[in-house]
Amino acid sequence: MGWGLIRLYAIAVYGFMFLPVVAVVLLSFNANQFGSFPMTGLSLRWFEALWNNDAVMRAFRTSLVLGLMTAVISTMLGVLASLALVRYDVPGKNLITTALIAPILVPEVVLAVALLLFLNWLGIGKSFALLLAGHVIFTLPFVILVVQARLVSIRRDVEEAAMSLGASPVQTFFSITLPLLMPAVAAGALFAFTISFDDITGTLFWKPGGVETVPTQIFSMLRNSISPEINALGTVMILLTVGLPLLGAAIARSLSTKRGT
Amino acid sequence: MAAVTLGNIVKRFGSFTAVQKMSLDIPEGSFCTLLGPSGCGKTTTLRMVAGLLDPTEGDITINGRRVNDIPIHQRNLGIVFQNYALFPHRTVAQNVGFGLKYRPIDKAEAQRRVMQALELVQLPHLADRYPSALSGGQQQRIALARAVVVEPDVLLLDEPLSALDANLREDMRVELKNIQKRLGVTSIFVTHDQSEALAMSDQIIVMSEGRVEQVGPPEEVYNTPASEFVARFLGAANILEARVTDRQGDALALDVPGFARVVIPRSRAPKLGDASAAKLVIRAEKLKLMPADSTDDAAIMIQATVEGVDYQGQAARYFLRVNDHALQAINMIDIAPFAPGDSVMLRLLPRDCAALPAS
Repeated sequence: MGWGLIRLYAIAVYGFMFLPVVAVVLLSFNANQFGSFPMTGLSLRWFEALWNNDAVMRAFRTSLVLGLMTAVISTMLGVLASLALVRYDVPGKNLITTALIAPILVPEVVLAVALLLFLNWLGIGKSFALLLAGHVIFTLPFVILVVQARLVSIRRDVEEAAMSLGASPVQTFFSITLPLLMPAVAAGALFAFTISFDDITGTLFWKPGGVETVPTQIFSMLRNSISPEINALGTVMILLTVGLPLLGAAIARSLSTKRGT
Repeated sequence: MAAVTLGNIVKRFGSFTAVQKMSLDIPEGSFCTLLGPSGCGKTTTLRMVAGLLDPTEGDITINGRRVNDIPIHQRNLGIVFQNYALFPHRTVAQNVGFGLKYRPIDKAEAQRRVMQALELVQLPHLADRYPSALSGGQQQRIALARAVVVEPDVLLLDEPLSALDANLREDMRVELKNIQKRLGVTSIFVTHDQSEALAMSDQIIVMSEGRVEQVGPPEEVYNTPASEFVARFLGAANILEARVTDRQGDALALDVPGFARVVIPRSRAPKLGDASAAKLVIRAEKLKLMPADSTDDAAIMIQATVEGVDYQGQAARYFLRVNDHALQAINMIDIAPFAPGDSVMLRLLPRDCAALPAS
């Protein structure tokens, strides 16, 4: 009896969370002008309209480039920072760790305004580079947390064994440490990409005039009208931000079962 | 010529001194063991030879070359770690061949040497497996193959048998020693297990609190301990306060009040000098328990009471009392062990005793 209620409650909560998403996805295939139920027929016309919408495609390209660059830079910095913090005795280790993780803890609006004010004070205007920097700051903690956790589990003596056999520290990193770290590096990069791809709060503050990412594009489209195109764009976003990490996880799992680690 | 020498090595971590003024010569081709309890500095010493730690003071030479400033990857070593430290993302063959990639060896030759090394450890059929598919013993053999395939100047073994279970450990001990002998590679072995040290070593270096307590072949270290620490650490020993009552030629008479008067050869007390206060060392297995009515004119016979018995299968450890002395004896069991409360005769041969200075 009690469990039945809890089960019902759980289903209701999940329904509340996911039904709107399902509605968006369904409506993106609706043939009707107006995005509402009942659906009048299946069609890909809104995806086609999306494809032909220059503003959306430009935003999409911007988001993709921004996401990829964020992922690459954030992952590189994150791996280096994790190595330093886990493998070496850095003075002020705890302080540095806290500072690097802080962007997750600070509300994003505060972070966004702070960075903007700081750059304003320095006399640097908004630019794509600033937007990129903001995204890197915001995604770095996720990369560091994932990579650090994995690095701690890689035994130091494996690296020592490689060095004793004649591999220099750099060769040891590339032939032993990095391959063992790869699942975490890939996960970190995926995190960074999807977080950057999804982000709207920081992006609204940091983006220079005339540059739109997909979320800010949707945001500005919603201000004018509720076009079914937005549903289609939403579907593409969902596919990318949910599908990509799942794909990554699947690849990581198949890799690790092959090696049996 | 000594393959490895340590000259007045000191290693300090902050205010803690892990190794104190240690000097050591390790002869070419020998199997030397650093033996001691945990925290005695043996692993620290090994890691300094490996180049994983820098000595605070002193020089380390390998084959006559001072290696203090040579990084680990240029020292031409083989290291076997306690936890195998195989590369989990590489096959057995790739693990073994790893060190050859950094040496001027062509591929065909490298492959031949990998197979040769795998045959040496009797696991050539596992070449294509990943380490996670291997048992602990197999992993440790692969680790050994990986270390020796590069023909190292020195093989460093950091408690390589400790992670294995008891039966396997004894098999691996024999095999490891055989392989070392066959290859003739100078080896430094670190262990806290005295039976491993005694069974495998050409030389044992007993360490305590960062100092070398004694260096010598196993029998010498075992039979003629240079200090009370060595006597207690290697096997079970009874150590009794004694007084030197007479010195005549090669003989040394020691009196232990309430126990016995023992005359031992001078060679069994090399450190004693002219001191009159001494300590008599009697190994637990040299005290032989006999029925209370036994006699033996060639030995010292002492009356004792059994206070406790620790049954170990083929042998028993007895806790004994002779007046106010508490003693231990380890004897093979003949038919049945003695029982607590039994009155027994202890048979002791003077040549089995050793003497140390009082402290």
